[in-house]
Amino acid sequence: MRRLTFRLGLVLLGLAFAVALTTLVWTPWPVEDMSGGRLAGPSWAHWAGTDRLGRDSLSQVMIGARIALMVGLGATLVGGLIGTVAGVLAGFAQRGLDDALAAALDILIAFPTLLLAMLVVAASETASLGTAILAIGLAMSAIIARLVRVVSKRVLAQDYVTAARCCGAGWLRIVLTHVLPNIAPTLLVALALQFGLAVIAEASLSYLGLGAPPPNASWGQLLQQAQATVYTAPLGVLVPGGALVLLVLAINFVADGLRDLLDDSAEVRE
Amino acid sequence: MSLLALENVDFAYRPGQPVLSGVSLSVAPGGHLGIVGESGSGKTTVLRLLLGLAAPQGGRVLSDGRPLDIRSRAALRAHRRLVQPVFQDPYTALDPRMSVRRILTEPLQALSLPGDPAAEVSRVLAAVDLPPDSAGRRPKDFSGGQRQRIAIARALIARPRVLLADEPVSALDLSTRVRIIDLLAGLSRETTLVLVSHDLAVVAALCPHLLVLERGRIVEAGATRQILDAPSHPYTQRLLASLPRLPR
Amino acid sequence: MTLLQVQGLSVQARGRALVEDVDLTLAPGERLGLVGESGSGKSLTALAVLGLLPPGLTASGRVLLDGRPVIGQPDRALVPLRGAVAAMVFQDPRMALDPLMRLGDQLAVPLRRRAAREGRSMSRQDLRAAQVAALERVAIAEPARILDAWPHQVSGGQRQRVAIAMALACGPRLLIADEPTTALDVSTQAEVMALLDRLVRDEGLALLFISHDLPVVAGIADRVTVMARGRVVEEGPTAQVFHAPAQPYTQGLIAAARRLDAALGPGE
Repeated sequence: MRRLTFRLGLVLLGLAFAVALTTLVWTPWPVEDMSGGRLAGPSWAHWAGTDRLGRDSLSQVMIGARIALMVGLGATLVGGLIGTVAGVLAGFAQRGLDDALAAALDILIAFPTLLLAMLVVAASETASLGTAILAIGLAMSAIIARLVRVVSKRVLAQDYVTAARCCGAGWLRIVLTHVLPNIAPTLLVALALQFGLAVIAEASLSYLGLGAPPPNASWGQLLQQAQATVYTAPLGVLVPGGALVLLVLAINFVADGLRDLLDDSAEVRE
Repeated sequence: MSLLALENVDFAYRPGQPVLSGVSLSVAPGGHLGIVGESGSGKTTVLRLLLGLAAPQGGRVLSDGRPLDIRSRAALRAHRRLVQPVFQDPYTALDPRMSVRRILTEPLQALSLPGDPAAEVSRVLAAVDLPPDSAGRRPKDFSGGQRQRIAIARALIARPRVLLADEPVSALDLSTRVRIIDLLAGLSRETTLVLVSHDLAVVAALCPHLLVLERGRIVEAGATRQILDAPSHPYTQRLLASLPRLPR
Repeated sequence: MTLLQVQGLSVQARGRALVEDVDLTLAPGERLGLVGESGSGKSLTALAVLGLLPPGLTASGRVLLDGRPVIGQPDRALVPLRGAVAAMVFQDPRMALDPLMRLGDQLAVPLRRRAAREGRSMSRQDLRAAQVAALERVAIAEPARILDAWPHQVSGGQRQRVAIAMALACGPRLLIADEPTTALDVSTQAEVMALLDRLVRDEGLALLFISHDLPVVAGIADRVTVMARGRVVEEGPTAQVFHAPAQPYTQGLIAAARRLDAALGPGE
């Protein structure tokens, strides 16, 4: 069962990436093309119908996949990088500094991602893909940092780290050769799960108009636009909504599969 | 002259709660020393001080006759080459994600020691009676006793003059335990052993000198044989009386 | 009449036999040492006797506790046997005791169970008296202080004494002790062993003492069963097994123990 969901997740995720890459060179219709008629139903020309302005829905959802993946990956990269560095530092820190860092992380985690995003947008004065990535990444970094702090402390308490210190290894060598490889499985699974959450966060931000500005057709934006006509043209909600659910599900399947895979390779103590 | 010594050392993790008070000891070349104590005796702290992982608040640590300043990189480097540790739990002593070869060559890199790494790996594997093809495998392929041999090999690769072993056999089964004791006894012809343990039998098997710690103070020190035969301090007497013995 | 009879006990995990064809008998008041290295199956044997094997492990063969079958019985049928017929003390008292419960409250659980079983009602004063008596039985000097303490506030030796008091609270006739002193300091170990020895003698308990430590077993058991890789290798009276082991495996084990013992000198 687990293997099946893992494979299904990989296939769906691969498909999403393929679609996202395709939109860079081709979409069924140009996004600005408004020749489709307002709120048309599915047809051979427009498989998923058109929106209020007569634009092709399928093309918009495809571009939405690109934005979702870009922001999701970007935020995971930012969050993973900042979070890992901060977490490892906190893991090494002596009692006073460590307490301060832990408190700072707790405060950061208490901030809702949306609030953080508004602050970032306010600071940069425009909403863009970059601000979305930065806002979601920052929120994620606190969660990752807290995890990394705990697991790296666990690794640092192992005798092999003491042995490394006793043979003159500096802290950078210890991080690179012992801490990072040993926390990698846990970190990877956590990042995969956070990737899924980042995709949802991106949709929420753009739903509120805090994400990428038009004509970047983010799924959240599509949902927001289709909200007014949900009774007359439900497809406008179903298609981007369905795409969002499928992508997040795929990511979660992959994350769970990854966890099993890495658990099996982990050492089993008799 | 002593290889390693503590001179009137005081240590506390928190002010007002001394872990060690006025502890002095000295290890001469070939003068294998056993440090015995129960939990709370401060033996782990003695070990950390001797390894240069912590500095005492009072008194000093002597490394090869010179006071050890753990803030000086050069002094620490010299100390690392002098003393190498072996730990209790063979399961946490080796990084599970590294090959035995990488585990063994880590000290060579970290201390930037000269010499051919491959030749050094073969040398230490032979010294601990492990087959040469062990180098390509990972810790999970080995039993507890074999892992402890790998940990000892890692300690040996820097050619230290002192091997500092913290309960090196207490996590092992009896038959394995005896074999590792034999291995350490063989190594003790060239390397000086400092053995920290709660197990008097293991210390007695390996170390002609003995030091008994109780709540951060040395209560008895001298020749192992003599202390075992005629303990003078009440604590040592009680410890010896507590030892379970085989029926004769 | 035997108190514990084990015949052809096997324990399997996913088709792999961890314990194979083990026979043991224990009469009332008898003391049996179960000796083996790690992986010998000695602890699993003890758990199987009480029907306490972890999930995924299955036992087969025959185990009779006080004449009543254990293997294949539902947990419901075993609950009256546990504590009342046989009770267990584990290696690490930190795991046997709930860290979030005061020691007195934990001790009250088996005391109340016993009272309920015997149809006695128990007032608050009765309970307090029973708690104090239970701790005095295991030679705890300040019962009042210990009853109000949390597990982390007392020493390892005291925790193990409380665990023993809890095991005895239900009035068992068989005490199963699995490496009860391995986590303790040498001098504390000696005290706990002296306590076990006295309790077993004074209360006429049978003892199944599981340990890897040969000298400790030699000090308490009348008979010894040696296990290796899931099987019984040798069994016999303690003196015989320690002085004239018949099997090569036991000979090796005893020789190793003798070497370490010899390092300590002649002793008294």
